[in-house]
Amino acid sequence: MDIDLPKITPDTSLIQVGQGSIHYDVIVVGGGNAALCAAIRAAEAGASVAVFERAPKEYRGGNSRHTRNFRCMHGTPKGVLTDSYGEEEFYDDLLKVTKGNTEEDLARLTIRESEACYEWMLKQGCFFQESLSGTLSLSRTNAFFLGGGKALVNAYYNRLESLGAAIFYQATVLDVVIRERKFDGVLVDLDGTQHYQRGRAVVLASGGFEADKDWLASAWGDAARNFLIRGTPYNTGEVLKGVLAGGADQVGDPTQCHAVAIDGRAPEYDGGIVTRVDCVPFSVVVNNDGHRFYDEGEDVWPKRYAIWGRLVAKQPNQVAYAIIDSKSKDLFMPTVFSATVTDSLDDMAQQLGLPKDQFLATVKEFNESCQDGEFYPTELDGLRTSGTTPEKTNWARPIDTPPFFGYELRPGVTFTYLGFRVGHDAKVSFGDVPSENVWAAGEIMAGSILGEGYLAGFGMTIGTVFGRIAGSGAGAYAKSGA
Amino acid sequence: MQNLALEEAKRQLAVCNACRYCEGFCAAFKAMTRYRAFDTETVVHMSNLCHNCQACYHSCQFTEPHEFGLNLPRALAVVRVDSWESHVPFPGVSKLFQSSPLVSLASVLVVATMFWLIAGIPWLSSDTFYDLISHNALVWIFSPLFLAPLVIVFCGLARYWRTVNGERITWKQVLESLRSAATLKNLDGGAGQGCNYEKEDRYSQVRRWAHQATMYGFLLCFAATSTATVMHYGFDIVAPYPFLSLPKLLGVSGGVLLTLGTSKLIYLKTKASSLLEAPGRRASDYGFITLLWFVSTSGLLLYWLGDTDLAGSMLILHLAGIVCLFVSIPFSKMVHGFFRMAALIREAQLRGA
Repeated sequence: MDIDLPKITPDTSLIQVGQGSIHYDVIVVGGGNAALCAAIRAAEAGASVAVFERAPKEYRGGNSRHTRNFRCMHGTPKGVLTDSYGEEEFYDDLLKVTKGNTEEDLARLTIRESEACYEWMLKQGCFFQESLSGTLSLSRTNAFFLGGGKALVNAYYNRLESLGAAIFYQATVLDVVIRERKFDGVLVDLDGTQHYQRGRAVVLASGGFEADKDWLASAWGDAARNFLIRGTPYNTGEVLKGVLAGGADQVGDPTQCHAVAIDGRAPEYDGGIVTRVDCVPFSVVVNNDGHRFYDEGEDVWPKRYAIWGRLVAKQPNQVAYAIIDSKSKDLFMPTVFSATVTDSLDDMAQQLGLPKDQFLATVKEFNESCQDGEFYPTELDGLRTSGTTPEKTNWARPIDTPPFFGYELRPGVTFTYLGFRVGHDAKVSFGDVPSENVWAAGEIMAGSILGEGYLAGFGMTIGTVFGRIAGSGAGAYAKSGA
Repeated sequence: MQNLALEEAKRQLAVCNACRYCEGFCAAFKAMTRYRAFDTETVVHMSNLCHNCQACYHSCQFTEPHEFGLNLPRALAVVRVDSWESHVPFPGVSKLFQSSPLVSLASVLVVATMFWLIAGIPWLSSDTFYDLISHNALVWIFSPLFLAPLVIVFCGLARYWRTVNGERITWKQVLESLRSAATLKNLDGGAGQGCNYEKEDRYSQVRRWAHQATMYGFLLCFAATSTATVMHYGFDIVAPYPFLSLPKLLGVSGGVLLTLGTSKLIYLKTKASSLLEAPGRRASDYGFITLLWFVSTSGLLLYWLGDTDLAGSMLILHLAGIVCLFVSIPFSKMVHGFFRMAALIREAQLRGA
């Protein structure tokens, strides 16, 4: 895919702060889930709304395009959600993955507000579906969007059009002008022409910076050049960077990003869900030197896939190879790219470009350390190795039954954690003092709640909850005549 | 079967199968989850199971310009229409209908002219309604014209059944499939929201309603003809029938539904994107729907014209339309119904019903 994004230096002579008429009450920067929820709420409050989406229409929706569900608290079975999922359990789940790196009051607010989101989303034209095949473990906690995130985004755009909001595509916000904690307007590039657009309030919901490899490299070093970006190429973080430079309070640091191990042949950007490779628990994973480097069977895959991005990122050339044998070939979700299939491990080493002797020695040592026992692919079976480093603690079966299947793994970055610090009202603060009319929602502020780790569907929960709060706040502010 | 079309569908299905976000939309996506790879048998089956609701296209994050370039509605449509032609005998006739929407209409005029000539042959005429065309002539013309196309279609279905490895059919499977067809379950979008067609990514029920008006209208008209046949032969009650008779009640209500349904289908087609269907098919689709519309509308006009002088000409046109409709069954969009039923039954089998 050719990505040729405009890199325009703002022409500051165009910025005439405080002059000109205000065409819109609320300006929303971004066009994903959080931005759209905010825009809908503001429009419902009676505000005139402009949405500036950087992507062209066919790529609208930011990373929300690639999502599939949102995590939702509920006391009794609700629509597609089974059983119940209470605040304490939800919060415990969050604590486990973030290792406590969260702000409790914001996290609990998000969790409590998630319950009301379900009906609200239905009203906006979203439809839910039963938990997808292979994701039964999520049927109690996560509501899946029928058709996935793009269908959700379509529903929101249609709703916004019905509400009369102005939606601009290929509209790159170059600068957000904030003086004395007060928003004045945005400088936006529309079809190659720069416009200064004033507004009474702004909602910043333009995502993280994961698509800016320079920024990633400044934190990760050159290793970041080999990262693949699973989501939209349009999240380059200019708005985030500009407003932080303008004094907004920051959470997180640029080394923190959510990365999973994905198929090494995935496109550099936008490969989305289909680039996943779920065979790791049943495999041996070796690096470029032919060495194993981590316990492939530490836990069930849904709880471990998110650490493998970092693990692979730390290997030479940021690449690793997962090899299974024919015993395991049908135990995981189908992959979009076909595996390298060979009848011998020798050939596998050759075709994957691995040092043959070391690779064979690694597999031999692994195979010899496997123990007899019962193998249960869907639960922790305790079938572990004994006498190899690192040990594999579950699903350890010798790799000995041809044909063999090999998958190249690379780190695939999903999102970044660095963002704005916000309060309960989703307002951005500057020097610990909340802004008068700057709100933020979605990935751009999620670091306050998700300091590290990830909980499936929680990004969409944060985006929906804070998008709604920000939109209501901005809409009410704009209509109050302030 | 065209190899290129099959390979493209397989490529796209591999991407879909690694995603599965669309699982809730329809039977085709639910079927997909049974497979890890797609052989020809499976792709052909799924292509006929697909009702072209287009929801998966509008929900897809990998449509063009994305390098994965997914357009599953089109990929499956290409395989689907190819599967009809490669299984039904005389595919060349089908190609003829595809060349222009006017082929259907021209054929009506040709047949009508023939009828005029036949009607003019005195020894075929008798005294009643059949002053225009004798009943015997009608039976002799229509029986083979009605039966031969069905024989051709069933030859095609038998071959298709072998391709998809079909098994012995049970009543349960048939009933389940009829239920799905009766409600057009696979155009309800999975949550009852309808399909994407004339309003891009907005859902709508209009296509579903228009299709069902057409289908039920056709079936009512068919029932009208069948009851009339029974009345004629079984009870010696000869046409024309009064309004409050089964053939008239069924025929008029069916005709109205068919006219409204086909009008709406034509209108919807003009609004729908031609990129989400098999290329080169609009001409024959328009020709087919227009022919259906013509048959029902001319039938209604015939009733309305009553004993006037124009009724004779209208009857001949109406009958010519019916002849063309029947003759074209194996070679027009009409076959989709037969193959769709076969796919629904096969799907019931694969699901273990």
